[in-house]
Amino acid sequence: MSERILDIVGLTKVYGSVRANEDITMHVDRGEIVALLGENGAGKSTLVKQIFGLGRPDAGTITINGDPAKIKDPTDASARGIGMVHQHFQLVPVMTVAENVILGHEPTKGLSLNLSAARALVTEISERHGLAVDPDATIEDLPVGTQQRVEIIKALSRQVDLLILDEPTAVLTPQETDELLAVMKELAAAGTSIVFITHKLREVLAVADRVYVLRRGKTVGEVRAADTDAAGLAQMMVGRSVVLQVDKADPQVGDEVLKVDDLHVLDDRKLPAVNGFTVAVRAGEIVGVAGVEGNGQRELVEAIAGMRRPVSGTVSLSGKDITTADPHATHAAGLGHIPEDREKHGLVSGYSIADNLVLNRFDEPEFTSGVMRDFGAIKENAANWIQVFDIRTPSGELPASSLSGGNKQKVVVAREMSAKPKLLLAAQPTRGVDVGSIEFIHRRIVEARDAGAAVLLVSAELDEILSLSDRIAVVHAGKVVAEMPAAGADRTKIGELMAGGHHEG
Amino acid sequence: MSNPKPATTAAPGNGALLATIIRGQSVIVPILALIVAFAIGAILIAGQGVNPISAYASLFHYAWFSSDGLQVTLLRTAGLALTGLAVAIPLKIGMFNIGAQGQFLVGAITAAFVGYQFGNLPGIPLILVALVGGIIGGAVWGWISGILKAKRNVHEVISTIMLNYVAAQLIDWLLNSYLKAPGQAIPQTPKIVDQAQIGNLGPFPVGFLIAIVLAAFSWWLLRRTVLGFQFGTVGANPEAARYAGVKLPRMYAAGMTLAGGMAGLSGGVQTLGETHYFEQSFAGSLGFDGVTVALLARGNPIGVVPAAFLLASLRAGAPGLQFDLGVQPEIVDLVLAITLLLVSIPILAKLLVRKGATAAPTPAPIEEELR
Repeated sequence: MSERILDIVGLTKVYGSVRANEDITMHVDRGEIVALLGENGAGKSTLVKQIFGLGRPDAGTITINGDPAKIKDPTDASARGIGMVHQHFQLVPVMTVAENVILGHEPTKGLSLNLSAARALVTEISERHGLAVDPDATIEDLPVGTQQRVEIIKALSRQVDLLILDEPTAVLTPQETDELLAVMKELAAAGTSIVFITHKLREVLAVADRVYVLRRGKTVGEVRAADTDAAGLAQMMVGRSVVLQVDKADPQVGDEVLKVDDLHVLDDRKLPAVNGFTVAVRAGEIVGVAGVEGNGQRELVEAIAGMRRPVSGTVSLSGKDITTADPHATHAAGLGHIPEDREKHGLVSGYSIADNLVLNRFDEPEFTSGVMRDFGAIKENAANWIQVFDIRTPSGELPASSLSGGNKQKVVVAREMSAKPKLLLAAQPTRGVDVGSIEFIHRRIVEARDAGAAVLLVSAELDEILSLSDRIAVVHAGKVVAEMPAAGADRTKIGELMAGGHHEG
Repeated sequence: MSNPKPATTAAPGNGALLATIIRGQSVIVPILALIVAFAIGAILIAGQGVNPISAYASLFHYAWFSSDGLQVTLLRTAGLALTGLAVAIPLKIGMFNIGAQGQFLVGAITAAFVGYQFGNLPGIPLILVALVGGIIGGAVWGWISGILKAKRNVHEVISTIMLNYVAAQLIDWLLNSYLKAPGQAIPQTPKIVDQAQIGNLGPFPVGFLIAIVLAAFSWWLLRRTVLGFQFGTVGANPEAARYAGVKLPRMYAAGMTLAGGMAGLSGGVQTLGETHYFEQSFAGSLGFDGVTVALLARGNPIGVVPAAFLLASLRAGAPGLQFDLGVQPEIVDLVLAITLLLVSIPILAKLLVRKGATAAPTPAPIEEELR
């Protein structure tokens, strides 16, 4: 009936002994929005990269607009009507929107660049698709959501039939996400087909026409979005029912553990990021910091953990002043820190899982004998936590890089819990983690609370904040703008507070 | 939270095997590189109308079996192994020490100074003081680069190169003034006293034995100790190291001090064991050859010894090529350069890994091995 834009039959991609994609068959029709849903490591990115000419299938065919010829490279893919917006934007920060859009196929007038043609092109596309953006704005000055819009305009400027979006909402605020979803619908209505990767069920249900669910490299389900619901999709993804709501008892609150008072911290560019932040967390409770990313959360967490020196204000842990303590000292004082970026801070990917499980405990008496490391104890520790946290690996001696995202995060969480911290600082603890691991990590955080730890949870996922926290502190522009008990907290109200009344884009 | 005892030992199975394969790469890559380099060298030798097999035979015969050959080769091995360690240790921290040359010079002249100035001391104590003096001299020189990086974030490649010049010029000045041996035309120190000279223990030069002991010590330090773990973490991921509470400035300073000490000892061993006085040109390119040795050994302290032995053999055997067959001795440097180039090409390593193992990244990260 309708025109077939993309047809994939029996696609298999093998890396070493890992079958990243196995016998995948899928299709996309004109004007259709197709979601690729799956846990981390399910093979979604591998699949779309092959459609865009980054890597070739070992078996099977990809047919674009009826042409089954092999896709040589991204240039070839573009020429054949495929556009892709990567998870990490491919924009030049110091150049303008118009310059970025024409990069690689610049219109010229004689020998010089025809910038007015570029501007006209951007304006034309942005008006046609309702993608408001100023062609003369410099990329680095734009919010992330607008930058993504530039990426989409860039893709559209090359006549795309099929637009691939790799986790497009991972970096967006709730408002930006809603705007993007609206744009996607509009593009589809105008005849552009869209394939998008996500692991957020809500988005799938909001925009997708059809959903392919991937698990361990295989398609385990194809379903019309209208015929399913969140629970159904989640079950397909992990192959079992998932409790998205966390069951937890009432908190048994004890003494105040963390006290942050009027804290001011600068970001990497030496601009104020945290502006008079005050919060207190008591033993046995989870305080969730809700806020749009980039409102000082990262700097706050780093300042508490000792990785960034505050300008003024104080941080104390169980009455001990740790304002200027370094990470070694804060760890010794009883702080456990699940860092926001596990690849950058939380793990040494070339180190074994066992070494990563003692990464910040390397000099504790438990794991040393004199100046030497106690390899027996380290190995035993690894065996224990691999079992307790169900870390999927054949051996603790394998490098952490051999693990999937969810299992890597379990290593980090296990390590931080293993030190039995008085304060657990959990920054984006389930970012980029599959549904099964999310549930597991959530349960562990609640267990730590029940065992008497104070937990400061910082998350960009409002659902996570709402389901885990006992109290919620809403942060905007580096400051707490409201604090409330989690019970009965209103989602919409929090959303408004997070936005701080000011709207981007 | 609960902390149940481990019920099972996580079966190593194919995991341990994989780790072993990846580890194996660090041996296979340099050996393959050597084979290729020697093959290219053979073609060039053949181009001069000489049978490459007899050329290589003559080279190694001269290095190992001629009258003083092995003795000289082992002495060279000692010096090269120690400067190799001076490069290999900072590599573990992610630092590239180009300053082994300067550290070597400072160590050598310090040892020479002690060796003739404190001639009233008996043998063993004098030797110890002279060697420790060499270590301290080199260590101070290395420490400067380390502390500059720690405090002021000065890149160690820049500072070590500059300090090489500073060392050379400083020593030139000293040799022409305070430390100059009277009545000598060439600027050089006086000869060290007889009892400060170190000879052989059995068939081996003492310096060679010292180098072997220190290579083993370095391996132990890097692989088995808490300090070594901190070094490795800084090298593999400085951000994660900071997160984990490793004090980076201390590691930079400690690593470069240790490295400088190794290079300084190399200078001391050469002065006491071979030259018995100091003259600027004695250093040759020993410090820079340390880079070759460390890269050939892929940063592994144990590998430094065979790598140094190979380099020393080639250098010591080169004259044999010329005397016996009229082949230009520079061919040896050519073979070395090609080897180094091949070892440095990470693609070679990657290809090998993809063939041998699965989902593993480059072999480099697997420096850290558990028992």
